[in-house]
Amino acid sequence: MSNPDLLTASDIRKSFVGFKALDGVDFSVRAGEIHALLGENGAGKSTLIKVLTGVLKPDSGVIELKGSQIAVRDTLHAQQLGIGTVYQEVNLLPNLTVAENLYIGRQPKRFGLVDTRTMQKQARALLADYDIDIDVGAELSSFSVAVQQLVAIARAVDMSGSVLILDEPTASLDRHEVELLFGVLRKLRDRGLGIVFITHFLDQVYAISDRITVLRNGRLVGTRETASLPRVELVSMMLGRTLAAATGHGRRDTLPQSSRQIAFSNFGLNRSLAPFDMTIHAGEVVGIAGLLGSGRTETARLMFGIDLADAGTVTIDGKPVRIASPRDAVRLGFGLCPEDRKADGIIGDLSVRENIALALQARRGWYRRMSTRDQTELAHRFVKALDIRTTDVEKPVKLLSGGNQQKVILARWLATSPRFLILDEPTRGIDVGAHAEIIELINKLCDEGLALLVISSELEEIVAYSTRVRILRDGVHVGELVGAEISTGSIMQAIAADQGGVK
Amino acid sequence: MSSRLLPFYATLAIFVLAYGVCVFQFPNMLSTRVAGNLLTDNAFLGIVAVGMTFVILSGGIDLSVGAVIGFTTVLIAVLISWYGMHPLLAFAIALAISTTFGAAMGVVIHYLDVPAFIVTLAGMFLARGMAFVITTDSIPISHEFYTALQGLYLRLPGGGRLTLIGGLMVLVFAFGIVLAHFTRFGSYVYALGGNKTSAELMGVPVARTTVGIYALSGFLAGLAGVVFSLYTSAGYSLSAVGVELDTIAAVVIGGTLLTGGVGLVAGTFVGVIIQGLIQTYIVFDGTLSSWWTKIVVGLLLFAFITLQRLLVVLSDRKRLLRNAPS
Repeated sequence: MSNPDLLTASDIRKSFVGFKALDGVDFSVRAGEIHALLGENGAGKSTLIKVLTGVLKPDSGVIELKGSQIAVRDTLHAQQLGIGTVYQEVNLLPNLTVAENLYIGRQPKRFGLVDTRTMQKQARALLADYDIDIDVGAELSSFSVAVQQLVAIARAVDMSGSVLILDEPTASLDRHEVELLFGVLRKLRDRGLGIVFITHFLDQVYAISDRITVLRNGRLVGTRETASLPRVELVSMMLGRTLAAATGHGRRDTLPQSSRQIAFSNFGLNRSLAPFDMTIHAGEVVGIAGLLGSGRTETARLMFGIDLADAGTVTIDGKPVRIASPRDAVRLGFGLCPEDRKADGIIGDLSVRENIALALQARRGWYRRMSTRDQTELAHRFVKALDIRTTDVEKPVKLLSGGNQQKVILARWLATSPRFLILDEPTRGIDVGAHAEIIELINKLCDEGLALLVISSELEEIVAYSTRVRILRDGVHVGELVGAEISTGSIMQAIAADQGGVK
Repeated sequence: MSSRLLPFYATLAIFVLAYGVCVFQFPNMLSTRVAGNLLTDNAFLGIVAVGMTFVILSGGIDLSVGAVIGFTTVLIAVLISWYGMHPLLAFAIALAISTTFGAAMGVVIHYLDVPAFIVTLAGMFLARGMAFVITTDSIPISHEFYTALQGLYLRLPGGGRLTLIGGLMVLVFAFGIVLAHFTRFGSYVYALGGNKTSAELMGVPVARTTVGIYALSGFLAGLAGVVFSLYTSAGYSLSAVGVELDTIAAVVIGGTLLTGGVGLVAGTFVGVIIQGLIQTYIVFDGTLSSWWTKIVVGLLLFAFITLQRLLVVLSDRKRLLRNAPS
């Protein structure tokens, strides 16, 4: 395995307003290897891919292809350089035919016009390599997601002269299709292509990759040979041990179980989350641990009524209740701080005051407006209580740092005096100092008798505040650790436990 | 048959049905004479509707076309009648201006990332305003070349006449069909309407295509202005007010999805002719107010938008079912 490096990126930096998406990352792909790129959400995988393929311009850093430095202008340019990509969130064009999707921008021409017949013949031949026999003249949207995904891959493979990048290509494929894809990838590898493969299925990583690079919080954790990297060590690389000294609290003691409790039983959602039971007492913090895609966020969404559970019941203090929408959940005294606070939580152009007053105002109803004075008073109270650092409560929230934005969302829910608060990745993308403060805050809220459910990829963090830890794997609640059992080591063991075979 | 083309087939069926009803009531309507007149009377609407079809297919909108038609008629009339310019030269100048105008709007839409609705709304006021600045009077055009052009026609079997402007519309439609379905530019237009981000990531030249689309719409609006001035032998700054809305109606009735990505240029042809047919029916009837055209077009438009929405919902549901585990 000492093939020359095909595509090398050194010391890549890329910042978005207020946070570093990539902080001095080195990455390289050799000819004839499959290189897995791993990391949790927000680790910088997608940003790195976008930098390599010209969608984003790096702030600094050098990209070299076959030893000579390149500056990728845009995706078209990347394709011309021989870098083909299947992006994660973007599909092809559903309203065009399969053949058009494969050949758009490079359709064969005859007499200056597009030669549809030749194009369709080529498309059929191309797809035959993947065992796909479909009507290439039909619209792409008339086929299943899996076929669409394979078409996207076929297109990228066909266009990539030297490097092929696949961003989570297997998320919507079944076992047979995954095998088929892996067969194609191995063939391409033997042909000398460099393949970058992003996934969060560890089994697939071990099934196909030659080397593994792990990113965390925009930094490179390391690049290793797959064969010599034990699974537990890989998980520890992904989840990290950076936080050991961030908080003085050790593990929390299990409190005497109070009678005030929220019980979910047999909650589940077809195809994404197996039914689970969970009882959360007042004054308790339940941590949720698991890898990306294991059903962490799905659990939170179900509990908050964003997705409707197929079956199951909820009782609060023994009384059955119905949660059919987030409005119901809010009415019952639930709160949710979502994972992506920019998209789902914060309203950046509104002031700190308006953001904090939002949930309380919504609960009062629009016809009973809170006076500006009441809002200001409320905002000042929480700015003080949570130590939100802002020069002024009228400052637009987008100008605050990540940690302070997170506190504003917390304040919004705390203003409604909730009984149960769900925090999805509360410390994502905020600096270490703010990190410790948020953890402090979680502990304090818990002492005040709030029931909390906290989802986090940071294991030390979970250990620091959880009275119990739920372990999730592939959409199943597989176990629970209580009291003295809770440690980063035991959580990692539980997550990495061998799952047997491909997905 | 793709369900997405269902609106087109529905339009076609409605047209055949409507023509059948007309002929049943007024047998005279089944003649090449009426057919020829349909083409002539709707020539400017058809030509500008081809451009609008491309704009809407790409997910945009062009509200400026009516005003550009009005401006063009005034400009041509003034150049010919006041400055004694030859009509052909006047046409060339008018087309150059309208094409540049469209391209400029495309540039603003793409590079400044302003919604097409706003940009072309501004374009509409600008073009109409310029027409008024030139003159507020109606300027008659009398030039022997004009008379000659107006006299050109092809005799159809059965006594009908395919006039120059009617024939021009048919040619523009033929050109539009080829451009939409047999060129890379056409596939780029559909790609933009399907999903602009995907299109960009797949290497579609978004900037060039967007500017091209609005330049095409501007050019065809200018050409429609030329045709309109041949049709009326005059230039008037208040002419073709509201035509942009008739045009959008024709495109949507023709089965093009207002959100872009789906539709046929041929569908727009049927959409234009249906509007013409309603007017012809009213003329034949003689007792109905001509405003009934608007009412019927309104009803049709409403019916078609409902139909399209329904098809989208149905196909989404079908897709969900297909992807669910069996």
